[in-house]
Amino acid sequence: MTATLFFIQALNGLQFGLILFLIAAGLTLVFGVMDFINLAHGVQYMVGAYLVAAFSAWTGSFGWGLLLALPTALAFGLLLEVLVFRHLYDRDHLEQVLATFGIILFLNQSVKFIWGAAPLSVPVPEVMSGSVEIMDGLLYPVYRMAIIAAGLVVAALLYLVVSHTRVGMLVRAGATNASMVSALGINIRRLFMIVFGFGAMLAGFAGAMVAPILSVQPGMGDNILILAFVVIVIGGIGSIRGAFLAALLIGLVDTLGRSFMPNLLRLVLDPSAASQTGRAIAPMLIYIFMAAVLFFRPSGLFPAKR
Amino acid sequence: MADSLLELRSLRKTYGALFVTDNVDLSVRPGELHAVIGPNGAGKTTLIHQISGLVRSDSGQVLFDGEDITHLPMHERVRRGLARSFQITSILPAFSALENVALAVQARSGSSFRFFGNAAREEALNDAAMECLNVVGIGSRARVPAGLLSHGEKRQLELAIGLATQPKLLLLDEPLAGTGHEESLRVVETLQSLKGRITIVLIEHDMDAVFSLADRVSVLVYGRVIATDKPERIRANEEVRAAYLGEEESL
Amino acid sequence: MAELTQARAPSMSSAVARFDPLPVFIFAMFAAAPFLASTSGAEGYVLSLLTRVMIFGLAAMSLDLILGYGALVSFGHAAFFGIGAYTVGIMASHGVEDALIQVPVALAASAFFAAVTGAISLRTKGVYFIMITLAFAQMLYFLASSLAAYGGDDGLTLSTRSLVAGSDFLENDFALYGTTLACLLGAYMLSRSIVKSRFGRVLRGTKENTVRMEAIGFQPLPFQLTAYVISGMMAGLAGCLLANQAEFVSPAFMTWQRSGELIFMVVLGGLGSLHGAIIGAAVFLLLEEFLPEILHAASFFLNDELRSRLSENWQMVFGPILILIVLFARGGVLGFIRRGSHG
Repeated sequence: MTATLFFIQALNGLQFGLILFLIAAGLTLVFGVMDFINLAHGVQYMVGAYLVAAFSAWTGSFGWGLLLALPTALAFGLLLEVLVFRHLYDRDHLEQVLATFGIILFLNQSVKFIWGAAPLSVPVPEVMSGSVEIMDGLLYPVYRMAIIAAGLVVAALLYLVVSHTRVGMLVRAGATNASMVSALGINIRRLFMIVFGFGAMLAGFAGAMVAPILSVQPGMGDNILILAFVVIVIGGIGSIRGAFLAALLIGLVDTLGRSFMPNLLRLVLDPSAASQTGRAIAPMLIYIFMAAVLFFRPSGLFPAKR
Repeated sequence: MADSLLELRSLRKTYGALFVTDNVDLSVRPGELHAVIGPNGAGKTTLIHQISGLVRSDSGQVLFDGEDITHLPMHERVRRGLARSFQITSILPAFSALENVALAVQARSGSSFRFFGNAAREEALNDAAMECLNVVGIGSRARVPAGLLSHGEKRQLELAIGLATQPKLLLLDEPLAGTGHEESLRVVETLQSLKGRITIVLIEHDMDAVFSLADRVSVLVYGRVIATDKPERIRANEEVRAAYLGEEESL
Repeated sequence: MAELTQARAPSMSSAVARFDPLPVFIFAMFAAAPFLASTSGAEGYVLSLLTRVMIFGLAAMSLDLILGYGALVSFGHAAFFGIGAYTVGIMASHGVEDALIQVPVALAASAFFAAVTGAISLRTKGVYFIMITLAFAQMLYFLASSLAAYGGDDGLTLSTRSLVAGSDFLENDFALYGTTLACLLGAYMLSRSIVKSRFGRVLRGTKENTVRMEAIGFQPLPFQLTAYVISGMMAGLAGCLLANQAEFVSPAFMTWQRSGELIFMVVLGGLGSLHGAIIGAAVFLLLEEFLPEILHAASFFLNDELRSRLSENWQMVFGPILILIVLFARGGVLGFIRRGSHG
């Protein structure tokens, strides 16, 4: 039984990790290419979730909702870029942190203003509502499988774009040496805008995908933002490969830690103490993990060369 | 080789496949002013970084005053009497010129883990700092925030900060870069007056200054030292002419 | 060498020489406020609000010490708030109610946490430092949330305020106010002294140019770490006071949003001035307190439902104010005052 449970939790961890990757990918590029700390990246995830909730309620179909939500999330990201972010590229990290913190306050409250404080629920699309038996006695929801599949496809596409296209080449070069890219006569502003827009869209996509399995509520992007930062810091800022690896690691460590830490501790502690400490340590695991990584590698696992 | 204050043995630094400095052997005698010249990209600044400890060497040794300091961090080297100036002016812009120098004095006089007492009013620090400012000729500008000094004055301030650490050896990375005629004359004059009192390793593009100041000159080309000799013999050296001086007709 | 000392050393630098009346004014206002409060008819409310202002001022000022003078952007400073508050809460729940024991333990705990996390964090630079300090604060946040014996997510209510040498005089709001003011003033004087001292000068130099400091023989790390520990202890003290003021401790004291607010207060008031952080905290808390009413009054042209929704969602206005301050009002409130006084 534990083996099945472990397998299910591992799948959940994988699914969570892929969602984290979708958010972290944009964050790490924005960070790597523009040296820009965007705390507001998490609210873009929230905006994605709200958009899909609104559009699927309007069209009556999750598919249409998603299709409408993506370009809207992209447009919204670009709007923010024009209104706020582009004025901050030349500022120091402290000012970037503050201004984007202001955006978080504003947007969290705005969705509350528009949709109310109560969580919205988005129904799982009809065709994906069941479960499949992947192994003997192991049922797994189709929709979660779909998230995993979509996450893997996007990761693969992103890899292709970054490693095999001209824009991707520029992005990689920018993450290594931004002044070199502008010295090549590339319109760096436009490159920034593209990276920014797509980063926002990926985060929005992640939010849209999880909308049916999580509750859509104000502030839902705040904690996941911190996790995404943990991911890119562990992975090495500017590195897609690092973000992918770190996202899966974090997803698995967090999910498995929460479900198995108490059991694991039972080997050395009495049951009540084990469940107490287990529940205390589990949410701290990823931060301990991050501190450990940074202790040995102060620039993350795959530091972009500077 | 006890008669050399600074000795470099097979010092090397590579960036990827590029050998920035390659097997550099160099010996600086106590009291001399030793100039290092070479065309742009010859690795002069990297060499200074390696000697001062800002850049880690890939291989080779740095011996200072008989001690192997290859693996010491920069601040430890400074404490042993190896100071440097920077090619790109590197001062504390919000501090007054005096405080820039006073900090360097503070570094070598007593603990800096003192949490009480106004450091800016410590006469002992200020007097010593003032002396250094006067040596380089900008004593009258002591109260001016360093960021507001003219470019030439900043170069002089760099020199004063270096002096304030009371070095046995001073590494100067292009102290004349970007200075006007007047200012450059003043720096040369200052160096002239320091000569003999402090050992100096000077990197400089201004050949007039180099040949009038230096006791010995080393020529660095593509990361290698191709010659070390007295200035007049460097001028006459065929290899040096071919590799370096040939491209600057003025010589 | 006699001719070298022709120009006498000026005994102090221009930056330190000017006397600044503003801090005196601020503390005079804090000292006078209780007397004004007792005539206002709502003294309980005014006192508790101003006590909070001073507590957050203390925390923000401690952050300014490393942020404004050391350029260390700690995004986890609320953790120290939590350490101070939880030390008071946990010890009180075990019957240790005297501040003379609680506060030293809280300071020691803050110092320990700062020393350990600082030693790791300071190995990293820039963004990595911001993130790792955040991560350590998150760790504590989750730890506090999981302490079921001490209220978990819901927090812990204190049965009484701390005793001082067995006396319960802190139960009096005026006494708590006075104690908080004394702590703030003490911490301010200490910080002011540190900033001017030899130590502070090295710290300030490190902020401006680390490489230069190494090139004149300083190793930055011990200075930065010491400053980090001192700053953490001050914020821990603020946490002790907050627990007493609120008579409650909760993981919400150390959310990352709280850490962000502390940074905001420092920048809002003006970075690197110490008393600016206190002003920043005051402006922030007063805005938080009165913005709903201001909004309500200012939106008289809207219908009632929209008006009440707007004042409920005052953060919608707060966020953009923050962005505008960053974009246009460099130097914070102090910068504004300085520009004003120079015409």
